[in-house]
Amino acid sequence: MAAPGTAPGIKDAAAIVGIGQTAFARHLAEDERTLACRAVLAALDDAGIAPGEVDALASYTMEDTDEVELAKAVGFGDLTFFGKVGYGGGGSCATVAHLAAAIATGQATVGVAWRSRKRGSGPRPWTNTTAQLPTPAQWTRPFGLLRPADEIAMLARRYMHEYGVTRDHLFNVALACRNRANQNPAAVMYDRPLTREMYMTSRWISEPLCLYDNCLETDGALACVVVGRERARDCRQRPVYVHAAAQGLPAQHHGMVNYWTDDPLTGPAWTAARHLWKHADLTPRDVDVAQIYDAFTPLIPLSLEGYGFCARGEGGAFTEQGALETGGRLPVNTAGGGLSEAYVHGFNLITEGVRQLRGTSTAQVPGAAACLVTAGEDVPTSALLLRS
Amino acid sequence: MLTPVTDADGAPFWEYAARGELRVQACADCGEARFPPRPCCPHCQSFACEWRPVPGRGRVWSYVVAHPPLLPGYAEQAPYNVVVVELEEAPRIRLVGNVVAHAGARLDSVDPGRLRIGARVRAVFSGGLPQWVLA
Repeated sequence: MAAPGTAPGIKDAAAIVGIGQTAFARHLAEDERTLACRAVLAALDDAGIAPGEVDALASYTMEDTDEVELAKAVGFGDLTFFGKVGYGGGGSCATVAHLAAAIATGQATVGVAWRSRKRGSGPRPWTNTTAQLPTPAQWTRPFGLLRPADEIAMLARRYMHEYGVTRDHLFNVALACRNRANQNPAAVMYDRPLTREMYMTSRWISEPLCLYDNCLETDGALACVVVGRERARDCRQRPVYVHAAAQGLPAQHHGMVNYWTDDPLTGPAWTAARHLWKHADLTPRDVDVAQIYDAFTPLIPLSLEGYGFCARGEGGAFTEQGALETGGRLPVNTAGGGLSEAYVHGFNLITEGVRQLRGTSTAQVPGAAACLVTAGEDVPTSALLLRS
Repeated sequence: MLTPVTDADGAPFWEYAARGELRVQACADCGEARFPPRPCCPHCQSFACEWRPVPGRGRVWSYVVAHPPLLPGYAEQAPYNVVVVELEEAPRIRLVGNVVAHAGARLDSVDPGRLRIGARVRAVFSGGLPQWVLA
């Protein structure tokens, strides 16, 4: 029992002991439900845990395969905890955080988090003109600010203006992710190198963002298995502990169109980071490798600032001199990330964080013992600090 | 082209815009202006509000130039600018819009090369939407 007046917390109370995924491609033949089943069963097999032992689930509100369908298909046992987290890719790390909290507080013993999405062959959500969000879309979409890329490009232009961030800095982000994807046979961009000339001459999507500043559009599914630390010692794989976890919804935040606060360039990462580091034994200096949500390249320098790897306004400069590459100050997105491995709402960043701490990444950081994983920045977000 | 899908909080903004007036929601108790509109004041929690006329002068806070793929009505005007305008009278009230050559002009009627962060603009109205012209 915790001492009177202190919360027991979730620090190292739970561990990720299984990961699984399907192939990643622009188009996969199977439907999302089938892909979800395959990823979940692969993760349980990796952990050496039978589906009947699963009693907790967590996913995204945007996940179309619901708990009932998944549970009856793969043969889960009686579920005593299940929940979904909102705000698209901002919910990725929170799925694991919710399972860790449920397990730490005795509400469940074996949790599965998953995401299955056919964003490659399926529709682009922004093309839906009948079911658009009334707020805040009424203030943006009539004027042609239609896509997530436009919404982030608006913040990116201001960020570049205020702090001297350049397209070369954004290219450094795209290149680091592509270089790691070129080492990862599972990555969509495994055999497609990127050059500076390709980046600088590519077509615009929403100036100042070009094609290579945007993530992939991918079909695929991933899952992971979370258990308590005692159980974790008996699993098939080396446990990866959830050392700290946080969500972040800052005061007066407005989502991806965060134009209406005093300081729109300090987003949810700052809020999540304050909680994360407060509850961790580690600091940003102790992080060996990071998996940072990269739906768009500017989210990485902004997140580097938010999570304390550099000072305010220095995120662009941080990317210089190969800092994000293998052997750099902070290798990031070592499987290729959303920009070059697969865009499955950031779940592939969690599984790559696990591989780094198992020592099995295709771009392994030698001796990696601590990995930060983040969810979508500029939406209500979440983060995990994983350690071996 | 998309028209605003309004809600109870936002409807007055569009009703005033249809009359060629730019107004923002403000707390009737503490006086703080707020945007986007919402049911109560985040500063003093009052549910009493008023719609305060603002002169419609501002500066470009940021902008993008959108290129395809876009929805059909927008794609045929691309590339076009979308701006965020910070109102001079009410800092922190920032409105998304388009800088056009004159009220009712196409979204691509101003060369994006003329846009700068900090450029002065003023509001005009067309078809129930505020637009912006370089001041």
